[in-house]
Amino acid sequence: MDSEAVDAGAVVLSARRISKSFSGVQVLFSVNFDLRAGEIHALMGENGAGKSTLVKILSGFEQPTSGEIILDGNPVKLPPNGAAEALGIVIIHQELNLAEHLTVTESLFLGREVTRFGVLDRKYMRSEARRVLDLLGSHVDENALISTLSIADKQMVEIAKAISRDARVVFMDEPTAVLSREETNFLFRQVRKLRDQGTSFVFVSHKLDEVMELTDRVTVLRDGQWIKTSPTSILDGESIAQLMVGRELSKLYPAKREPNVDEEIMLSVDALSTGYVREASFEVRKGEILGFSGMIGSGRTELMEAVAGLRSRASGEVIIRGEAVPSGDVHAANRRGLAYMTKDRKSKGLLLNSRMTANLTLQSLEKHGKLGYLSPASEASALERARRRFDIRVRDGNVVAGRMSGGNQQKLLLAKVMETEPEIIIIDEPTRGIDVGTKQQIYHFISALARDGRAIIVVSSEMPEVIGLCTRVAVMREGRIVGMLEGEEISEQEIMRYAAGLKKKAVA
Amino acid sequence: MSVNEETRAIRRRTWRDIDLRAVAPFAALVLLLILGAIVNPNFIGITNLANVATRSAFIAIIAVGATFVISSGDLDLSVGSMVAFVASLMILFMNSGVIADPALMLTAAVLFTVIAGALCGLANGLITTVGRIEPFIATLGTMGIYRGLTTWLSQGGAITLREPELQEMYRPAYFGSILGMPVPIAVILAVTGVAAFILYRTRYGRHVVAVGSNSDVARYSGIPVNRVRTIAFVIQGLCVAIAVLLYVPRLGSTSATTGILWELQAITAVVVGGTALKGGAGRVWGTICGAFILELVGNIMLLSNFISEYLIGAIQGAIIIIAMLVQRSLVRKS
Repeated sequence: MDSEAVDAGAVVLSARRISKSFSGVQVLFSVNFDLRAGEIHALMGENGAGKSTLVKILSGFEQPTSGEIILDGNPVKLPPNGAAEALGIVIIHQELNLAEHLTVTESLFLGREVTRFGVLDRKYMRSEARRVLDLLGSHVDENALISTLSIADKQMVEIAKAISRDARVVFMDEPTAVLSREETNFLFRQVRKLRDQGTSFVFVSHKLDEVMELTDRVTVLRDGQWIKTSPTSILDGESIAQLMVGRELSKLYPAKREPNVDEEIMLSVDALSTGYVREASFEVRKGEILGFSGMIGSGRTELMEAVAGLRSRASGEVIIRGEAVPSGDVHAANRRGLAYMTKDRKSKGLLLNSRMTANLTLQSLEKHGKLGYLSPASEASALERARRRFDIRVRDGNVVAGRMSGGNQQKLLLAKVMETEPEIIIIDEPTRGIDVGTKQQIYHFISALARDGRAIIVVSSEMPEVIGLCTRVAVMREGRIVGMLEGEEISEQEIMRYAAGLKKKAVA
Repeated sequence: MSVNEETRAIRRRTWRDIDLRAVAPFAALVLLLILGAIVNPNFIGITNLANVATRSAFIAIIAVGATFVISSGDLDLSVGSMVAFVASLMILFMNSGVIADPALMLTAAVLFTVIAGALCGLANGLITTVGRIEPFIATLGTMGIYRGLTTWLSQGGAITLREPELQEMYRPAYFGSILGMPVPIAVILAVTGVAAFILYRTRYGRHVVAVGSNSDVARYSGIPVNRVRTIAFVIQGLCVAIAVLLYVPRLGSTSATTGILWELQAITAVVVGGTALKGGAGRVWGTICGAFILELVGNIMLLSNFISEYLIGAIQGAIIIIAMLVQRSLVRKS
């Protein structure tokens, strides 16, 4: 870490004893927060700790119930709905706010187009866009359509937009959730560069390693209260996690348990190919947790969707407990006891406008009545069971799924998939965007399911997760399974070697 | 973010146990009834109201079918033309005289009509799902086709039921009454009851709502999305057939202009009733309420002396806009 960055700059933006209530329920309790010029400040806490509320208050999207916001030493009332941009305060949202059909230049100048004699001065805007992108060291073409860009490039455009508006304070809400490792590294380089030029960043993330790597200071919130602010260099991941959870984190991952070599083979995939995936073969035994690692875009999800019948395959066989399953037939796979849990819980997993019950039973409605009739009592008791089994904590049982926290949504999605009583479960990104406490719970659920004799496949971009949970790990690269690691071989370096294409071995 | 979400949930529980959007159309209906009573004392009489309800039967029954199609995220513009087409087929069938016995003939004609309606709906469904054409365009096409076929069958004129004996036997299906209730009202209640049961209490109904609210989630949950959508179109066709069964005995004739603009009235009834046009939430009883409101407004205008009844179309247009504005403001509050 550069030492000059840790040197205290002047405080740009600060919160003084901010409290916030939503219709009588207090969610922030007299929180203090300082952001210095030229620092990257991590804001950490479990889901529901109040991070997002604090970010919204500091950017004008919500007004505090009490307390004050100080900008450059003066108390201010931030204008609502993004008008704080004029003061140099910008949020980069998790869901990017770019119109897909505009070009990069048009996006950068949206709402403040430069004109000459009333006509758009496109030449000037293009050169200005180029200048800002060059400043960031980005190679994005200023004339490209937003829809043709990768997510990382879109994020870069958002940052360029912030820069071109002379942002001094940039809030980033989980910017790396959808980025691959290289994309993340690139983003971090740009952020550091801007930091060195005096821009301040607030970095909200669940990824401890990234916080350790990138940030200068960390503020931890828990249950709406300020817990600690401290330079990142004197903390380690374990201590931040403890501050967030407020209790000693017992081991994050449950003990591994290897299945017997002569256990029944539950799922066997033979030379499966789709448009992108080539000749993938693997087997999972009863009681085993098999991991799938690899870069984003290496074809893991496509392979799993083909195995689950959500996508048809060009060639190859999927054999579930000795029986071949036809291509592209979700029902056939489901009936034989295979279930796939999507990584995209908001747009493919849950009906956000429906209540928990409708979501929970959607995949298993035939269990709740005869001849198509649904029994409300049977569904209600299923919900009761699922809430207890998966510890889904909501204060109002009638809340719609879209209003639940990420962790509870993920538990509900897991419960929904488990309602089909599968014997083979493919879990794609089991813990995306959820807090440490819930992660730990989900790891224990997965491990318990395996101990009960189910076969489990965990697809994850978080290497510690795959390493911590799985007894065997397949690594994919460019649509192929390039490595199958076991036991002592399973390590971050080894996985990386295969994922990056430095090492390759024939997989039987 | 999540604290925010959960506190909102708390607020919902404290002052919003009932869904305002579901109640709004019924509140509007009560207001209209009061308004009508003030305008003209005859209005609130049971005879007048029964008349209004009877006249709303066609749109109400078609709109029940439209509730399924719209809830599953599609749209059917062809229903008005379909009424004309199916009714023409029915009369032509009865005029053909293939069966001598009138009672048997009538039974066969009813069966024939139901099948014809279902097939018309199936055609819409298959064009939309298998053909992967936007429902708006697909049914715009069949709207033209059904209308054109009707015009061709009638050679631009009218198709009239010729057999007097058959006519006499069939008349009570519209003009008769069951337990003191006009038959059309009884049919509305029966159709709506069955539809509500299907939509709220069966697996298929749950699938319709899931497909309409997010077809990706439905697909990943193993729901056969295209089958669900196609069946919704078939249900729409069946509802059209039932409306035709009531329509034919009323006038005993159809023409190329039968059912013109009924599709818009049906969609209006569905939307006024609180069903979201973008899919994902169906309210069958609200739909009936919406159809009744449309007819009631016309009735009030007829009975009052200060608004010309020629403005009915404009008022109905205004109603749909107001209904959308009210719905949206209720969503915001929640």
